[in-house]
Amino acid sequence: MLYSEKVMDHFQNPRNVGKMEDADGIGEVGNAKCGDIMKMYIKVEDGIISDVKFNTFGCGSAIATSSMATEMIKGKSIDEALQLSNKAVVEALDGLPTNKIHCSVLAEEAVKAAVKDYYDKNNIAYDKELFKDDVHNMNEHK
Amino acid sequence: MQVYADNAATTRISDAAKQEMILCMDEFYGNPSSLHTIGQKAAEKLFEARKTIAQCLNADVKEIYFTSGGSEADNQAVLSAAETGKLKGKKHIISTAFEHHAILHTLKKLEREGFEITYLDVHENGLVTAEEVKAAMREDTALVTIMYANNEIGTIQPIREIGAVCREKGIPFHTDAVQAIGHVKVDVQADNIDFLSLSAHKFHGPKGVGVLYARKGMRLFNLIEGGAQERGRRAGTENIPAISGMAVALKDVCDHMEENEKKVSALRDILIEELSKIPHSVLNGDREQRLPGTVNFCFEGIEGESLLLLLDAKGIAASSGSACTSGSLDPSHVLLALGRPHEVAHGSLRLSIDHYNTEEEIRYITEKVPEIVDYLRNISPVWEELEKGERAHVI
Repeated sequence: MLYSEKVMDHFQNPRNVGKMEDADGIGEVGNAKCGDIMKMYIKVEDGIISDVKFNTFGCGSAIATSSMATEMIKGKSIDEALQLSNKAVVEALDGLPTNKIHCSVLAEEAVKAAVKDYYDKNNIAYDKELFKDDVHNMNEHK
Repeated sequence: MQVYADNAATTRISDAAKQEMILCMDEFYGNPSSLHTIGQKAAEKLFEARKTIAQCLNADVKEIYFTSGGSEADNQAVLSAAETGKLKGKKHIISTAFEHHAILHTLKKLEREGFEITYLDVHENGLVTAEEVKAAMREDTALVTIMYANNEIGTIQPIREIGAVCREKGIPFHTDAVQAIGHVKVDVQADNIDFLSLSAHKFHGPKGVGVLYARKGMRLFNLIEGGAQERGRRAGTENIPAISGMAVALKDVCDHMEENEKKVSALRDILIEELSKIPHSVLNGDREQRLPGTVNFCFEGIEGESLLLLLDAKGIAASSGSACTSGSLDPSHVLLALGRPHEVAHGSLRLSIDHYNTEEEIRYITEKVPEIVDYLRNISPVWEELEKGERAHVI
C-alpha cells in the first residue's frame, strides 16, 4: 500500500472537516498550481483552541495530514499548537511516503498561519521569529 | 463491486494466452537455437508466433523482432533511425510533446548528443496533422516518431496521412502503437509505417514481451549484444512462453476486433455522456478520434489522487493523469501539452475499459464518480473560492 492504515483512515474519514463561520483565526497555505491548498479555521477561548476545522484541496496525504493536525491541536493551548511539528504529524500517521512529506509541512504551516491570523486580528503582540517560515513560498514549492 | 478500469496501464491475461504459456513451458522448453528435435520444436513454435503476429499487422515474418516490451522497441527504433541518420549527416527528429516517456527520454538523450528535436504542438484536442508534420520536415530530418494513440487521453493520430508525407519525403516513420494494437485496426503497409512498437500486456497478453516491427530496408542497431537471435538484432534466448502467449492474445483480439470495438465504444460513450454532466468537467482529447476504451476527464477544484483513492475504496481501479501516484508531484505532461492549466491538470481521471467490462460496471462508475467529485469539492477550499467567484472557473 502507498499509505499506512492511519493515513487511509484520516483520508477516508477526515476529522474536523468543514468551514467555520465565526472563526477567530484562519490560515491558508499552499497553492492550487502545485496541487495542495489547506485552509484551517480556529476558535480560541481563554488561550485554548476550543474548536478547529479545515478544508483541503489535495492528495490523500494532504487531507490526512490536515485531519491529523486538527486532532492534535484541538483542546490545546495556543502555545502547544505552535509547538506542533510536521514530524509529529508524520509520526502520528505512522509515516508518509518521502515525496509526501511536504504535505505534513503544509499542515504545520496551516496551524501557524491560523494562529498568526488570530494574533493579528486581536492585536496580540508576538515574537515574529515564530512565524518566519509560515508563508508558504510558491517558488520554493514547485 | 470490483471494476477494473485501468486497461491502458495493463490488462489481465486472457485464458487462451495463459493456457498457451503453460503449454509452452511444459512442451516447448527447448532452445530454438539448438539443433536437436526438442530445440527445433521450440523453433517451430517461435516461427508460428512470428507468423501470427506478422499476419495481424500485415507485415512479413522477417520484419518482426521480439523485444522485452514497448519501451525496448521504442528505444531501439528511435536510436537505430538516429544512428542511420547520423551516418548521413542528418540530426533532426520530429515528434510530439505528449509522447510516452520511452520516446521522450530517448529523444532527450539524443538531444544531449547533438540532435535537434522538433516537438509538435498537439493542440487542445490532442491531435497533430500531417500538414504540420510536413511543415516541420527539413533536409536533415532523420526520423518522424509519433504515437498511434495517446496513453493518457486516447486520441488517435492521423497515422496513415503522416506516414504518407514521410514516405513522400523518404523520411523513416516510427509509431509507438502500444495503446492501439489489439484495439483498433493497424496495417503497417496501408498506414505507411516503417517502425512500430507494441507491447503484449496491453491486449491481454503477458507482461515483459513486445515487438519491434521494422520494415525491410530499415536498419536496426543493437541495444543488446550477444547471440544471433532475432536475425542478429536482439540477443538473448527467446522467451517462448511469453512470445507465444502474446501471439495467441493478439490473434484473439484481432479476430474479434470489430465486435469488441463496437461494444467497448458504446460503453465508452456512456461514460463520456454521464461524466460530462458533472459541472465544470471536461473531456480531454478529441471526442471522435479516440480509442474505443480510453476516457480522460478533468474535474475542476479537486485533485486526482484523492479521487483515485476514494474510487479504489469503492472497488473501482482507475488512474490519474496526474503523475502524483507514480512518484512525481508534477501534473501530467500530456494534459499540460493540451494547454490545461496546472491546477486543472491536477484533477484528472483516466478510465480505460475494454471488452471484459460490462454495462453494469460502467453504470456503477457513472454513479460513484459524481458522488466522490461532489464530496471532494465540498471539502476543497479551491472549489469554495470558485463557487464564490473569488477564483475564475477555467472549465
